[in-house]
Amino acid sequence: MRGLFLFAAVLLIFTANSNSVKAFEPDEILDDPALEARAREISKEVRCLVCQNEPIDSSNADLAKELRIVVRERLVAGDSDDDVKSYLSARYGDFVLFRPPFNTATFLLWFGPLLVFGVGGIGLIFFYRGNKNLKVAKPLSPEEEARFNQFLDEDKKTKSSNSGETS
Amino acid sequence: MIAELGQFAIIMALLAAIAQSILPLIGAERLDSRLMAFGSQASLVQLLFVILAFGCLTQAYIVSDFTLVNVAENSHSTKPLLYKISGVWGNHEGSMLLWILILAVFGAAVAAFGRNLPVTLKARVLAVQAMIGVGFLTFLIFTSNPFTRLLVPPENGRDLNPLLQDPGLAFHPPMLYIGYVGFSVAFSFAIAALIEGKVDAAWARWVRPWTLTAWTFLTGGIALGSWWAYYELGWGGWWFWDPVENVSFMPWLMGTALLHSAIVVEKRNSLKVWTILLAILTFSLSLIGTFIVRSGLLTSVHAFAVNPERGIFILFLLAIAIGGSLALFAFRAPSLKAGGIFSPISREGGLLLNNLLLSTACATVFLGTLYPLFMEALGGGRVSIGPPFYNNTFVPVMVPLLLLVCVGPLLPWKRADLIGVLGRLKYAGLATILAILAAWYITEGGPLLAILGLGMAAWLLLGTLSEWADKIKLFRAPLATSWQRMVKLPGSAWGMTLAHGGLAIAVAGMISTSAWKVEDVAVLKPGETISVAGTDYRFDGVRELTGPNYQAVEGTFTVSQNGEFMAILKPEKRLYNVQKMPTTEAAIYSTFVGDYYAVIGDQVEDGGWTVRIYREPMVTWIWFGCTLMVLAGLLSLADRRLRVGAPAGKRKQGKRKQKSHQNAAA
Repeated sequence: MRGLFLFAAVLLIFTANSNSVKAFEPDEILDDPALEARAREISKEVRCLVCQNEPIDSSNADLAKELRIVVRERLVAGDSDDDVKSYLSARYGDFVLFRPPFNTATFLLWFGPLLVFGVGGIGLIFFYRGNKNLKVAKPLSPEEEARFNQFLDEDKKTKSSNSGETS
Repeated sequence: MIAELGQFAIIMALLAAIAQSILPLIGAERLDSRLMAFGSQASLVQLLFVILAFGCLTQAYIVSDFTLVNVAENSHSTKPLLYKISGVWGNHEGSMLLWILILAVFGAAVAAFGRNLPVTLKARVLAVQAMIGVGFLTFLIFTSNPFTRLLVPPENGRDLNPLLQDPGLAFHPPMLYIGYVGFSVAFSFAIAALIEGKVDAAWARWVRPWTLTAWTFLTGGIALGSWWAYYELGWGGWWFWDPVENVSFMPWLMGTALLHSAIVVEKRNSLKVWTILLAILTFSLSLIGTFIVRSGLLTSVHAFAVNPERGIFILFLLAIAIGGSLALFAFRAPSLKAGGIFSPISREGGLLLNNLLLSTACATVFLGTLYPLFMEALGGGRVSIGPPFYNNTFVPVMVPLLLLVCVGPLLPWKRADLIGVLGRLKYAGLATILAILAAWYITEGGPLLAILGLGMAAWLLLGTLSEWADKIKLFRAPLATSWQRMVKLPGSAWGMTLAHGGLAIAVAGMISTSAWKVEDVAVLKPGETISVAGTDYRFDGVRELTGPNYQAVEGTFTVSQNGEFMAILKPEKRLYNVQKMPTTEAAIYSTFVGDYYAVIGDQVEDGGWTVRIYREPMVTWIWFGCTLMVLAGLLSLADRRLRVGAPAGKRKQGKRKQKSHQNAAA
């Protein structure tokens, strides 16, 4: 049940061209397309607090509508995007933002992936180092090479004598 | 009476599973062939009883036996037959029974197909498989019994959630579960190998097809779920980073890593310890996925169960399964001997890097999904983690991975010359630059990141194709030779090319639809037209419909471009009779370059209707790509089956097949 109230910024262009088409709930949409576009970007990162994992941008809950209007009011009042977000999180807590803030409590969250990659990478380096220590193969001496070729020849002979059987 | 039979059957299945989890283990320890053979028989008995129980529950749903709590709460007599049947797994108890059924099928399949397995390994695998069964059957019987009777049965049931009454969702859970549960076999093999203290190429050859089966179904299940979300939820989204989606994505990421590392064990007898750990982690994530969705820890459409008793049981089961297996791993893994060595720039090195990146990606999703839970539990306040987080963390991990996918298969085993390999990709590189320029031209210099993303997908596709062309010596040998070589390519080689190509196509779809989606909302009266992204949608009016168990309003749109007719779209808005829940049925006209998507909403006061129109560029590429990946899995499996039936030197044909495969892979 997401997406019952979507507002496209593009919408304004079409509504301007045609009188017959009215935007749904025009009271929410701002006259300034640039501000409206910013409002929509912010709305996508703000959680509808009474819904399940839904941004206010696509929620049809009353609270979501209220929050959409609040976002637009703040923008009209001249707030920056960050101002709007911090205004919301001051009122409703960090829970309202889909982008968790960066602080001591979320440090592990933001750096966790890097940590896993780092630990894995270091593990890999050690793995390859261990490999290198195992890899002290000396080149063959001429006698060894001669014997090796002899084995290969013998192998070829036995293979060709068997081939009639296998194919 | 039939419900009592079902109740009896699950208890019998539990008893069979208990015996199966103990006796073969003792047999393997004492080399007692009768006790070991008991594992196979017990797994068959267990399967028969679980089938019986599942049949009983299905019968109760089909005849709408409302004396069962489960049926009364989740079904209704007017529901169409398909949804009566799919309703069996559309609820907590039934889905657990389905899980157990699939587990039993996999157990019996190991018993049936595993004739060539070393007897002790087979006995131990079956025992571990049965232990998982014991856990789930106990959970079912004591906390989630689907056969519980009602003293006073209601006249009719409460019906299934209307969102779930959809063909896509009827088959989504079984496919997903086959995926989840399929990894149990890899897990059982891993645990059995730890008990046995031996991992060799034969072990990997056994684990690969099971992992591949699970991966194939999981891919299909996730794709089906996302497709369902796309057409059913009615706003054109296909992935929301919702926790319930994430928990199915984590085993997929880990399973993909496992699939690749098992190749190294099989071909080079290396990375054994790591592969075992991956098998344990993949199945652990499947368990977490099943239980997190089922326990109601993360509430959403999927979480039907909210019950603390179950939650404790689940935590207990998870602790035993995951903690126990990891402890066994820590205890036994050091005794496994390391295998062949290789340099960082080599096929093995490439696969290992793939594993590192996939594990990191999986860790990212894991953190994003479970961090809020942990934080809240530790009193750290509540946070929401949504798409912005994943865009900043998951995407940067995937980019290098996607860029390297087509390089890996060109690397020879053991040691590679990177410059030489990249040289073989020069045409792919040139074509990629052309593709980027073309994308830039077509989108009129649209968002740069999206264009580069498309370039990345093009590179992946072209690189994969050029590796394939290389393999069959296309344009470097006479066409007849190339044709010969192509026909002789083994299924697994085709599988790799198709899977990587499918991935490229899916990624291109994801990027395009995210970057260039156009949406519009308007109030229209019949006869009015709305223009979205150069396409006209004329609203022709609405009519009322009566479905089997719902009332609907159906709108009609005539879609045209520059006055040229394209399609008629008929979106519906349904109200289901029993649950009084409205759902949207979007109407979609799909083309190669994009979808035209219409949704009809409510009527407003002045007689107009709220209408939502979406233009989704290339969105079907996502599911087309996923279909290719599923196909790739099946093709590769068709190849494996021959080999699995023929261990080294037993059957000549199998051996030859294997040889030609090795040649192709080298």
